[in-house]
Amino acid sequence: MFNETVLKTIFGRLSFESFPIHEPILLVTFAGVVVLGLAIVGAITKYKLWGYLWTEWFTSVDHKKIGIMYIILGIIMLLRGFADAVMMRTQQALSFGANEGYLNAHHYDQIFTAHGTIMIFFVAIPLVVGLINYVMPLQIGARDVAFPFLNNFSFWLTVAGALLVMVSLFVGEFSRAGWLNYVPVSNLQNSPDTGPDYYLWALQIAGIGTTLSGINMVVTIIKMRAPGMTMMKLPVFCWTALCSNVLVIAIFPILTAAFTMLMLDRYLGFNFFTNDLGGNPMMYWNLVWIWGHPEVYVLILPIFGVYSEITSTFTGKRLFGYSSMVYATVVITILSFLVWLHHFFTMGSGASVNSFFGIATMVISIPTGAKIFNWLFTMYRGQIRFELPMQWVVAFLLTFVVGGMTGVMLAIPPADFVLHNSLFLVAHFHNVIIGGVVFGLFAGIDYWFPKAFGFKLDPFWGRIHFWGWVIGYWVAWTPMYVAGLMGVTRRLRHLDDATLQPLFVIAAIGVAIIAVGIAAFIIQIVVSIINRDKLRVGDDPWNGRTLEWATSSPPPAYNFAFTPVVHDLDAWHDMKERGSKVPDSGFLPIHMPRNTGTGVILSGLAAVLGFAMVWYIWWLAGLSFVAMIGYGIFHTFNYNRDYHIPAEDVAETERKHALAGA
Amino acid sequence: MPTHPAPLTRLARLALIPLLLCVAGCQGAVLDPAGDIALQQRNLIYASVGLMLLIILPVMILTVVFAWRYRAGNKEATYDPHFDHSTSLELIIWSAPLLIIIALGALTWSSTHLLDPFRPLNRISATKAVDPKQKPLLVQVVSLDWKWLFIYPEFGIATVNELALPVDRQVRFDMTSTNMMNTFYAPTMAGMVYTMPGMRSTLHAVLNRQGDYEGMSANYSGAGFSYMRFKLRGLDDAAFTRWVGEVKGRGAALDTANYLKLEKPSEQVPVMHFGSVAPALFQRIYERCVTPNTPCMSEIMARDNAAGGGGEPNPMQAGEGMPAGRQSIPRGKPEGGLMKDTDEITPVPHNSKPRLPGAPGSTDPGSPRNRDLTFLSQPATPGQPRAAHG
Amino acid sequence: MTTLSPTAEDGAPPVFYQTEADEHDHSAGGTTLGFWIYLMSDALIFATLFATYGVLSTSYAGGPAPSQIFDLKLVALNTAMLLISSITCGMAMIAMEQGQVRSTQLWLAITGLFGAAFIGIELYEFTELIHEGATPMRSGFLSGFFTLVGTHGLHVFSGLIWICVMLVQLGQRGLVMENRRRLMCLSMFWHLLDVVWIGVFTFVYLLGVLR
Repeated sequence: MFNETVLKTIFGRLSFESFPIHEPILLVTFAGVVVLGLAIVGAITKYKLWGYLWTEWFTSVDHKKIGIMYIILGIIMLLRGFADAVMMRTQQALSFGANEGYLNAHHYDQIFTAHGTIMIFFVAIPLVVGLINYVMPLQIGARDVAFPFLNNFSFWLTVAGALLVMVSLFVGEFSRAGWLNYVPVSNLQNSPDTGPDYYLWALQIAGIGTTLSGINMVVTIIKMRAPGMTMMKLPVFCWTALCSNVLVIAIFPILTAAFTMLMLDRYLGFNFFTNDLGGNPMMYWNLVWIWGHPEVYVLILPIFGVYSEITSTFTGKRLFGYSSMVYATVVITILSFLVWLHHFFTMGSGASVNSFFGIATMVISIPTGAKIFNWLFTMYRGQIRFELPMQWVVAFLLTFVVGGMTGVMLAIPPADFVLHNSLFLVAHFHNVIIGGVVFGLFAGIDYWFPKAFGFKLDPFWGRIHFWGWVIGYWVAWTPMYVAGLMGVTRRLRHLDDATLQPLFVIAAIGVAIIAVGIAAFIIQIVVSIINRDKLRVGDDPWNGRTLEWATSSPPPAYNFAFTPVVHDLDAWHDMKERGSKVPDSGFLPIHMPRNTGTGVILSGLAAVLGFAMVWYIWWLAGLSFVAMIGYGIFHTFNYNRDYHIPAEDVAETERKHALAGA
Repeated sequence: MPTHPAPLTRLARLALIPLLLCVAGCQGAVLDPAGDIALQQRNLIYASVGLMLLIILPVMILTVVFAWRYRAGNKEATYDPHFDHSTSLELIIWSAPLLIIIALGALTWSSTHLLDPFRPLNRISATKAVDPKQKPLLVQVVSLDWKWLFIYPEFGIATVNELALPVDRQVRFDMTSTNMMNTFYAPTMAGMVYTMPGMRSTLHAVLNRQGDYEGMSANYSGAGFSYMRFKLRGLDDAAFTRWVGEVKGRGAALDTANYLKLEKPSEQVPVMHFGSVAPALFQRIYERCVTPNTPCMSEIMARDNAAGGGGEPNPMQAGEGMPAGRQSIPRGKPEGGLMKDTDEITPVPHNSKPRLPGAPGSTDPGSPRNRDLTFLSQPATPGQPRAAHG
Repeated sequence: MTTLSPTAEDGAPPVFYQTEADEHDHSAGGTTLGFWIYLMSDALIFATLFATYGVLSTSYAGGPAPSQIFDLKLVALNTAMLLISSITCGMAMIAMEQGQVRSTQLWLAITGLFGAAFIGIELYEFTELIHEGATPMRSGFLSGFFTLVGTHGLHVFSGLIWICVMLVQLGQRGLVMENRRRLMCLSMFWHLLDVVWIGVFTFVYLLGVLR
């Protein structure tokens, strides 16, 4: 008895049995992860890379390195989220009639929850934030973001959240309450286990990171534009990044508050979202969707910016209707707050409320439609070079409009009554997220990769990557549209009607094709690194139009030896047209922020805090919390946060680069 | 610059696949309705798709045409790098979607009001009006974990996982839930509506065609969700009367005790019939006071209103009848994690740990014994009855 | 950066690179703007809590109602503490503008004392309520109340920690640029808490008792 109390004091509700020792799938995965992890750690140790990684990357406050780290995080988590997708698709393809498939309800429900959570919070957001981080400061001619340390801290908070989600795979379990952790499924009564706690702590920590990064980006765009760059000369990508981050600042606090209330329900027995004692579960749905709908615009708006930049570069034309593109972005930003109720028309809000939100939702399709036409007419009378990024744009245009159409169908309340919660709905949002966000992210990676590393990505594997995703998407999701129209609803682990099985088998084949695409993507990166000398290109490989191409590829730590002065939209194009020359003398010392390990340490402590809270290990939670506050305060006593790169060093870097280019 | 025209034609061909699959899918439940509401909802889907294709198709065609025509390899196409603005074109760009949305918006406004689930029907089918003398048949729907309970107050009978309806008669469903949020959804009859604990929602619908159909919960509600389906039977008047008689003859009674047994979580529940039903059962369910000695929501609210003032002197003092501290939490509400004493903390084993001797675990695909791994076998929570394995 | 003409209409070749020293990337105004935006996002958290409290404010679930548990006199005293602390915080800022380190520290310390008094009174109020059985676990209304008021209290508490840290840093380095910037942020933070509290006082306490 005594022993048990001591054990519980030390380990909370964590026991040996909390590990999935009876679950072969997880054991094999775990073994794989351990082997891979040890291999990586061993390799790093063998080649003595820890110091390099720590000083050059982990503690770096350089927006370019942080951007790259965000993208690496996103790609790693994409593999995890995709593994979940594969498991779901195979389960659904198998589980008909007497066959129960290979996943029990407990496991399957965690998988679809983890898939959604990971794909949105730890794949889409890091990839989008990573692109913004890398490209936006270069596009506005800045040397870094407004708060370089905060940028590093935001990144590591996101990593801490991702880490907690990954830990839940091997220690205990993840939530089974859907990607938004819906009550009543996730309340204390129905899920007394660790799942929702993992979810809440992971997202709370990552969410704070995202909010901070949003503030950082907005201030950067408003305050740090190059001289002459008025708002109406801002590249479209920066405009969309601005709107997206304004949305982040406006919505993430709501999510933080909603999650905090659910935490209070679960940890202190409060009555916010309980069924009894005056709680109101619908409140939670409203709050998470007030966050949730603008969130999709947080993701898609910067991607619209990516498409705009790419279309204009590869057609060799200025973007058609720049100002209408900007207005459309702003209109979408504002309207995105007026539509959240369309996620639960069927809750019985009454006809007038439903019509209002339905029509407001449709209205968003007007600016979105205008954007599509703008890209079309940018192509019109252009000289389109179908390099990889441009191929993605065409695939996006053809895929996304279908998703837009089904979206408007779902916005009509009476139609939504039969399509809500069906696979039609699931197909719709995968249509816009894959066909919109994911295609755009790959386009952006293909487009800016030579900027970041000085060599192009291998076009052969790129094309396999492209076709794998495009064909795979259509093969996987078209049957899901059809299944939705046949009355199949979402999140089903098992179906009785065996006549539906062919649809799900086709979908599973589609996922296999996407897997080829993903594999090709990884191979593409590896092959490109191996062949980097063959693929090496100049500073401006695509004949770019915006300022990021005005500096060397990869850019020096300070981005621009001389801050560019902007006279026109597409500033770099304008500079090339008018034959500007970078001065080759008169370098000045450049003021730079110093690296710091505080972000890593604070985020590490946050992850420990989250883990301790999940398992009721109160002493560890208290300790890590106090340590976090203490270290944070300690950090504020460091006043020595910046340094100057001497003018000679700048001159040396620029001279070397000029020599290499010549 | 090399160009790759082939990808584009292949892309265009890809666009055909969805069309073909849609033709195959048109046998589906949503597109083949047996009830007038579902029929109108389907027609709305067709109309809106038609309206939107007016703009979607030209866009898709233009995308392919422009991409092909203005490829860098095509020396015949005009290259005009300065074509980046045209007021008239931008006017069209904005107004074309606007017009479509105005049309769709009008359609939305009227159809949302006409097909509002709260609104009694104004027609039985396209050719048949509602008989004003005939009251709608009232069916009370309760979503339990994880099965459906249907109460027919008119006949004093109840069923589980079977909903029989007379065709061509308007039905009014009153719905609630015991614990989880579900949606009541019979795709061939009408759209779905949420059932929520402590709340009552309503749906008016009619079934026009005899036959057996599928119904389900469409909102994920936990481990047994996949099996939360019911049979929907459309019967003619004579057959329906016979069916009611049969159910009545079964004899099993849905009294409070039996209901409380039924309420416990269970999966894959077979069809059950109850010949009699405890009085006001539905009301007590949604007012959350079926368990004896629990106050109903309306009583609590009346008390709250009195306590909240209204100018009257308030008989209830703060803390009256409430012991201090944590003991004041009424009923079997689970305690929050931080409120637990150390010895109250229960270690949480992983769900894959075998619970019953000889349970095959998840390693044996398809075994019905895998049921044992649902949260039914989680450690019991205070206030939450532990379910029996069945 | 003011020396540049946006276009080269006068025939001179346009300037494409800035060759003299510039400080435009130091974002001197950036911190203020960034902190403002942070405060707005914090205000949104409060807005969400207010909205939730609004929804739950009559869900007594058979438990006590506001008029039975709120002690307006105590709350009025509490409000006074916070309002006075806001004034003294303003005094600290004036002293900072005048470059007087000692006086800044003194006013800041006084602000902290009033803040601590506020926290003390609030803790006393909470203890009394819990002792009476009006715990946040009792009803939706009480959950909303404790969370909204408690979140504000936590903010004031972190403000107190910040004040202490600031006092030490002022002692170490005086009114250097970084410290002035931090003091500006601290005072904005403190005033925001005041504004939020006025909302809490009106919306929760006064309306609650009147209801």
